[in-house]
Amino acid sequence: MDYIIILIAAVFVNNIVLSQFLGICPFLGVSSKVSTSVGMSGAVLFVMTLATMVTYLLHEFVLVPAGLDYLRTITFILVIAALVQMVEIILKKVSPPLYQALGVFLPLITTNCAVLGVAILALGLDGGSLLKAVFFAVSNSIGFALALIVFASIREHLELANIPKGMKGVPINLLVAGLLSLAFLGFTGLV
Amino acid sequence: MAETINQKQNFLKGIVKENPVFVMLLGMCPTLGVTSSAFNGLGMGVATLFVLLMSNIVVSLVKSQIPSKVRIPAFIIIIASFVTIVEMVLEAFIPFLYEQLGIFIPLIVVNCLILGRAEAFASKNNILASIIDALGMGLGFVIALTVLGAAREILGSGSIFELKFVAEDANTFILFILPPGAFIALAYLTVLFNKISTKTT
Repeated sequence: MDYIIILIAAVFVNNIVLSQFLGICPFLGVSSKVSTSVGMSGAVLFVMTLATMVTYLLHEFVLVPAGLDYLRTITFILVIAALVQMVEIILKKVSPPLYQALGVFLPLITTNCAVLGVAILALGLDGGSLLKAVFFAVSNSIGFALALIVFASIREHLELANIPKGMKGVPINLLVAGLLSLAFLGFTGLV
Repeated sequence: MAETINQKQNFLKGIVKENPVFVMLLGMCPTLGVTSSAFNGLGMGVATLFVLLMSNIVVSLVKSQIPSKVRIPAFIIIIASFVTIVEMVLEAFIPFLYEQLGIFIPLIVVNCLILGRAEAFASKNNILASIIDALGMGLGFVIALTVLGAAREILGSGSIFELKFVAEDANTFILFILPPGAFIALAYLTVLFNKISTKTT
């Protein structure tokens, strides 16, 4: 039951992009086509899950026992940066097709605040365990994917629309994101 | 004389022509996430300004020592150190703001504005120019966040810097302090900013 609540909360109620404002840069940056947004979502799912797993273990078994909790920010960002680099090298060697699909998005992920944000938020789950933290990361990346893909498909249609001159580009995208966020606000109180 | 004019331009570009929020769209997560009131926006802006200034200074001082292959991780460590300092100082001295900003304080590390300036400016320029660049960019960020925060607070809670100017039970646009309001307010502020900046130049 706990896990179902985590999933619904992360995907709909507290959507990471539309209500917590994490990962806005890729949300606005790589959402002009549905195909690229699917690739980005895949890369985020992969890295976010892996990063949360590693940082959770690191926090639990190294930082807390050693009383180095205040080094959390530095160690987490380093681990994520190293992990992204490693994933890139391994994918290139092991699975060229997957690398082809995700490759260009991987370097961008280091500065995706959703990854670091979820890694930090996962530490604060009540009754936390490794399984729960990983499940939390997977749920959040599904939420990220949902928001990104819906937004990208709206933007594809937007290109054909007649938009007032001053609103073209960034403002209309922000406005669409606002309306999307308003729609997600309707899920408040679901869990 | 040419030198001083250049520095003045260097300072001003961050506020208008290359404003990090309205023009370059850098650091959007904190911009949208913490601006439910003018005070929060100002607090986040100043914290970011401090980290940006210190990291620009350090990066421009050590730029010749860092091998170019590992420069990005090196910059990230420098930035993360100052973010940790900010985190500890805020927790100790301004616990109210620390609570309000929450997760967005450690996330200053991944604010693309700071890494962007370290990479694009401080790693190529001397210390004085880097300080001025950081002050200009940082101030542009502070102004943008404070204005956005103020606009949302005025519309959403009928107050500014916690000073209420409508009756206690008046109906306000609560939407503007909720997440969708952040996107909508920023969209219209960007339109306004573009209008003003094209008119002046």
